[in-house]
Amino acid sequence: MRFFEYEAREIVKRAGIPVTDFGFTTDAGEARAIAERIGGPVVIKSQVLTGGRMKAGGVQFADTPEEAEAHARDVLALEINGHAPRGVLVDPKAEVAQEYYAGVVWDGIRKQPVMIFSPVGGIDIEQVAEEQPDKVGRRHFSNILPLSEFAAKEVVASTGVTGSALNKLVPIVTKLARLFVAHDMTLAEINPLGRLADGSFVALDAHMDMENEARGRHRALLEDLGVGDEETRQAREATPFELAGEEVDAMDHRGVAGNVTEFDGNLGLVIGAGGGSLTLFDAVRSSGGDPANYCEIGGNPSVRKAAGLAKLVLQKPGVDKIAVMMSIVSNTRVDIVARGVIKACLELGFDPAEKIAIFRIPGAWEDEGYKILDRYGVEYADRSVSLHEAARRAVEKIGAAA
Amino acid sequence: MSILVDATTTFIVQGITGREAVNLTRECLDYGAGAKVVGGVTPGRLGREVHGVPVFDTVAQAVQHHGAPIDGSVVTVPPAFTKDAVFEAIENGIKLIVIVTERIPRRDVAQMVELAQLRGARIIGPNCLGIIVPDVVKMGGIGGPAKDAAKSYAPGPVGVISRSGGMTTEMSSTLTAAGLGQSTAVSIGGDAIIGSSYAELMPLFEADEQTQAIVIYTEPGGRMEAELARWVTENQSRLPIVAFMAGRFMDEMPGMSFGHAGTIVEGKEDTATEKIARLAEAGITVAEEISQIPELIQAKLAERSPA
Repeated sequence: MRFFEYEAREIVKRAGIPVTDFGFTTDAGEARAIAERIGGPVVIKSQVLTGGRMKAGGVQFADTPEEAEAHARDVLALEINGHAPRGVLVDPKAEVAQEYYAGVVWDGIRKQPVMIFSPVGGIDIEQVAEEQPDKVGRRHFSNILPLSEFAAKEVVASTGVTGSALNKLVPIVTKLARLFVAHDMTLAEINPLGRLADGSFVALDAHMDMENEARGRHRALLEDLGVGDEETRQAREATPFELAGEEVDAMDHRGVAGNVTEFDGNLGLVIGAGGGSLTLFDAVRSSGGDPANYCEIGGNPSVRKAAGLAKLVLQKPGVDKIAVMMSIVSNTRVDIVARGVIKACLELGFDPAEKIAIFRIPGAWEDEGYKILDRYGVEYADRSVSLHEAARRAVEKIGAAA
Repeated sequence: MSILVDATTTFIVQGITGREAVNLTRECLDYGAGAKVVGGVTPGRLGREVHGVPVFDTVAQAVQHHGAPIDGSVVTVPPAFTKDAVFEAIENGIKLIVIVTERIPRRDVAQMVELAQLRGARIIGPNCLGIIVPDVVKMGGIGGPAKDAAKSYAPGPVGVISRSGGMTTEMSSTLTAAGLGQSTAVSIGGDAIIGSSYAELMPLFEADEQTQAIVIYTEPGGRMEAELARWVTENQSRLPIVAFMAGRFMDEMPGMSFGHAGTIVEGKEDTATEKIARLAEAGITVAEEISQIPELIQAKLAERSPA
């Protein structure tokens, strides 16, 4: 879950890392008041969860409070990559002598967090790593032993930084590493980390991502920041169809029938499980099909839940038929999914034999499942028909129907 | 032979009284020669039995009751308690831990893995279905009930490693139908950080005489495939590898997670396209469809066997 810049800065501030005297607001008049309090030139920054805001005009400089208000009004009204801003950040325009970079991420191969530091900040760290690899320091650190400051000292020193800058940077990088671990972040980045004319350091921008699975352990912080449970902060906002899918999945606690993503094709998919869904979605597309959605069934959901998912997909505008397909199941029962999708068709007044292009779920309780499908004349396939072959048959059927 | 487990492997089930764990225990006892499930742990349930397996409050009690070190543990406790359960297993001398639980924050996973490394233990998972040696033993829910597992898995020369539990069975079933059995199939889990990656299991398969080829199932997200490609190149592996890559559509949708927690395109390196290129550079064939895998394996085996 990604944080807005104003939230990320607040997290950095709470960790004891110096930040500027910034303010956040959703109101242009208040932006003026913040600028007055700051006194002197300010920067107005759009608060959106997308890149390229500088280019899009989402960052404006103001010399006076009046100018700040006018810019805030423009920036608040400016959509960037389809995202309306949450508000604006009003920041004193700092006199920066040099921009640095400090970040912490996970290394999935070493299975440890890694600190990254560079005296070349203000630009994308990947670019620095490519162009000036000797200016990027990396150091893994233990996730069991207490984190000691020498680790940060080593990574900063490895980039050639010494003197008082080194001594001032070490506590900042250490605090960043500690907050990364303590808050279950997947990314904690201060970029740029500015050195001011007087030699002090201040975080000028911050980027934080918290692991979704860990949100439950950070309720107090999220509440303080005003982040609601309903805010998923995905790469794109959930559509009403996708939200309806979440409701289906929340019907009861048995198994999964959800994780719905909307597409605009005519073949509705009722598919599973995790890896099976990925394989089947690719398979439908590679045989020229046009999926209406992605979804996942698994963990043996109830008949009601399977029916709920099938109904949702069947009712989606533009859906002609559904394909019900899974990789071989061992926990989810074939007969339960069969009952669910047939129930969905019947309750909506459809003929299951006509609406279900194919049913390909082999595995636990398959004989019982196939018996039910036989009764309603639904075409089904067992494990001798591959996932790709099943997808091809579904696509052919819908092609013939169109 | 096999890797990781064999007919003599003793293990416990932590969280044994949960609904899923009760089924899993039954399945493991029924499959092949019958797994040596020597105990189960659920705090507060000392003295109970699950399918004849004695239940204890602590792992230490289970070890004491067994009267000898226990080889493994299948951990099926809720995410908030998993780290403690795994630490308990490791500190009681258990060397092979299969973590079934999903949705564990990666800080916890990294801590479990780090302690395991310090103590010389190995973790499989989390978010996995475990390990199966066809007709011999299974440790975890992999393949489902014994009679269903028997339909999908047969003994043979192919080692299977998969980030998806269900696809481990789908691929093995396809191999079995084509007359290609498996030496061992391992569901390694779909999370961003896991105990044992492809490259970390390769040395075990490399040393296993029964194994003549490897099949892997892979997805976008992470750098595990690049790591495998590097390992294969540096170690001049004797084992031909065929890979299947799911989730190719995700390349067009960066930042969105599908399928498993670790399956997300965050940078150029973790796209399906990039991974396929990396694997191919290392001589690993990437199948377009699962049904092509047996043929590709046969061809590779024929190539390597002396005329």
